[in-house]
Order: sequence, then C-alpha cells, then structure tokens
Amino acid sequence: MGTRILIVGGGLAGTIIANGICRQVGKQIRKGDISITMIGTSDQHMYQPGLLYVPFGKIRESELFRSQRKVLNNLVVFHVDPATNIDVDAKKVTTAAGKTHEYDYLVIATGSRIMPQNIPGMAEGAHWFYDLDGARKMRDALTAFEGGKIIVNVNAPHKCPVAPLEITFMLYDYLNEKGLMDKTEITYTYPIGRLHALEPVAEWAKPAMDQNGIKYETFFNTKEVDPAAKTITSEEGVTLDYDMLVTIPPHNGAEVITDSGLGDGGWVPTDKKKLLREGSTDVFICGDTTNIPISKAGSTAHFEADTVIDNLVSLITEDRWARDYDGKVFCFVETGMKEGTYVWFDYTTPPNPGAPSQMIHWFKLAYNRLYWLSARGLL
Amino acid sequence: MSQRKSIDARGAFCPGPLMELIAMLKLVEIGDEIEVLSTDKGTAMDVPEWIAKVGHEMVGVEDKGDHWSVVVKKAK
Repeated sequence: MGTRILIVGGGLAGTIIANGICRQVGKQIRKGDISITMIGTSDQHMYQPGLLYVPFGKIRESELFRSQRKVLNNLVVFHVDPATNIDVDAKKVTTAAGKTHEYDYLVIATGSRIMPQNIPGMAEGAHWFYDLDGARKMRDALTAFEGGKIIVNVNAPHKCPVAPLEITFMLYDYLNEKGLMDKTEITYTYPIGRLHALEPVAEWAKPAMDQNGIKYETFFNTKEVDPAAKTITSEEGVTLDYDMLVTIPPHNGAEVITDSGLGDGGWVPTDKKKLLREGSTDVFICGDTTNIPISKAGSTAHFEADTVIDNLVSLITEDRWARDYDGKVFCFVETGMKEGTYVWFDYTTPPNPGAPSQMIHWFKLAYNRLYWLSARGLL
Repeated sequence: MSQRKSIDARGAFCPGPLMELIAMLKLVEIGDEIEVLSTDKGTAMDVPEWIAKVGHEMVGVEDKGDHWSVVVKKAK
C-alpha cells in the first residue's frame, strides 16, 4: 500500500493541491506508490470572486461553475461525501455516507461560510453577494431600486477583504449610470477605525469616497438589524436607517472543524510558516481554514497551496522539508466598473497599492477566466 | 472558569490586530481575556479606543521593545 494523501475540501486550496501533486508525482500515483483522495461537499466548483459581478449582471452564471470532476486531474479519487468527523489521533476521517478514510497525510481545506444568522435580523433584513442565492436576490433588488439610502455593512471576520470596497464603488458607478445617484445616499460601515484593514488601501479609499459623496461610519460592529423598521444598530451604539442593506456577513469555518474539536469558530490553529496544524506533523491546513492572522482570500489559498504541494511531495519522496510559506497575498481591487488596481504583501513586505487603471481592470476580467488554470495547477 | 487566549498578529498587515481581536471576541466567553501581540504601534491606541466605545475592559498595554502586548477582557 502506497502513501495515502487525503484532502478534505474541494475549494480552490484543496483543488490546487490535488492537481499540483498529480503534476509532480503522477508516475508514482500510477504505480500505486502514492494515492490522492479528495472528499468534498459538491460536484460543482464555483469561482467565488465572480459573485461580485452577479448583482450588476456583469457575468454569466455559467462562467462561475465547472464540474469538480473535470477540474481535477484524473488521478485524484474524488467523492462528493461531506466529512463529518476528522480524528487526527486515529488518522481517519468519517463522512456523511458513513465511510471511513484513513490517511498518512491529511490536508484540511474546508474553507469558510457566511453566518448572517449570527446577528439578529440580518438574514431577514439584509442582502449579500457572498453566495449565489444572495447575489441573485441582490441583483433583483438593485433592478427594482429607485433611490434611497443604501448601507454597505462590513462584519468581522470575512473573506476577500477588498470585496466590500469593490461592491461600494461598483454600486456607485452602477447607480450613477442609471441616473439614480442624485436620489441615493451610500453609507459604508467598517468594524475598525479606518475604511480598510490595510492602511494604504484605507488612505486611498477615503478621498475616493469623499469625492463621490459616499458616507462612512467606522468602528461599526453590527449588533442587530430591525427589518421592519429598516434600521441597523452597532455594538458601539450607532443606529442607521436604510432602504437597502448590503452586508458582508460575519464568517465561520466549516462545521466539521468545530464538531471534531479542531478549532473554535471552525478555524484550525496553524503554524504560519509550515502550514501544519499546531501539534501535528502529518496534517496540513490550507486556505480560509487556518487561524493565521492573514487575509482569507483565494490568492492566500493559492500561495499557501503551492507551499503545501512542495512540502508534501518532498516529505513523501525525499523525507525532507522543502520550504516555508512567506505570507504572500495578492488581491485585485476593482475601483469601479471601469478601473482597478492591485495590492500584494507578505509577512515582511507591507502593501503599497498603485494608482487604479483601466488595464488592471481588464486584467482582472481576464483573470475571471484564467482562474480555471489556477485551479488546475497550471497558473 | 475564565481563560486567556492569544492572537499573535506580529507582522500581520491584513486583516490586522484589531480585526482579529473583534473576531475572537465573538468566540470567547464573558470574563475571558485575550492578549494581542502586534508590531503595529497603532494597535496600542486603536484597541483601547475601540474597547472604550464598545464597552469591554482594558487589562493592560505593554511595550515589549519590538512589539506591543495588549490585553482585553470580554465584558458583555
């Protein structure tokens, strides 16, 4: 019996790792020296960043999805059978169908999920675009919107940290083009004392909002939403009226993580350089699932996954550690409907975003399709 | 029994020490303490300012030379 790699989670992190390992050790897998099994929750792979465009009708829904089986290398054994318990002591994972998978190396990449239900009234009173159903409802609400007060409300923790700013500036451009901005007031709320976690991004966003008349409320952590009165109140004691509430709900990790006692909130304590579960030498954690104080974003998952691939392959074939994760994150930032910029940083290099340009916006649109090469481990 | 948890946000640019603190406060019990380690000197001011606004309790801020240690207690 060869070395068994088990990947829990079929999102971007798990998929890149599975495909990347196949590209490096395909011969050994064919010979039976190594096996890769993935257990996921869906037979469809979704390009999550594409959801940003759905409320504005700027992307075809068919572009968001591919068959997970087709995205995966044929050498990966893939089951749609959600994990229900992960036992890192017994080195086995049990599933909803009652199957047990044993492993020599485990990769946990179960991601994060929105939790509007954690805040009273939010699920009933708010729109969001972080899942397809929510993005469709927000599109319909925007189509019917004739002016009024829109609040873009950001809650911690959340994935894709630039998306709240992107949706705000895209809303402005969308409503401006429809001739509705003279009848509309947009207010952006943020949990900490500036407009974005990244200070240079916050410094760029403030004059951009001022120039467009977008209001903002910082130190705003949502306590409750009153859908009948159409108000939202913060833990800090501020209440705002709205006609349309767009929220970035708070997130948790996957239920199987908390159910298995692997981490509060579904976040697994993880070594920030080795990406190993704290206390384990055979359990890698990748993507949103880690508790590393770093952006929960697709690019984080991508750069982490590259490190995990090299280390897994090196450990199995040469019994040595290959390299540490350097904390690299790269995010495109849509600054409206026509321009964009990008920001990158790592554990030692602070972010320094450049001026927005049309070219970067077009490159982001191109990446919306290039993503599938990333998932396949080619880019 | 109250616990103390730790966030090592040294060198973390995004989402940063205060956002990490806000997220962890949602996961701990009233009376628990959280220590935030940060290399961003702004943390030593941001956290007390926010804690005062929201009604939790500051336990202490300490300059450790190459980083700051900020300890808060969940009060509600």
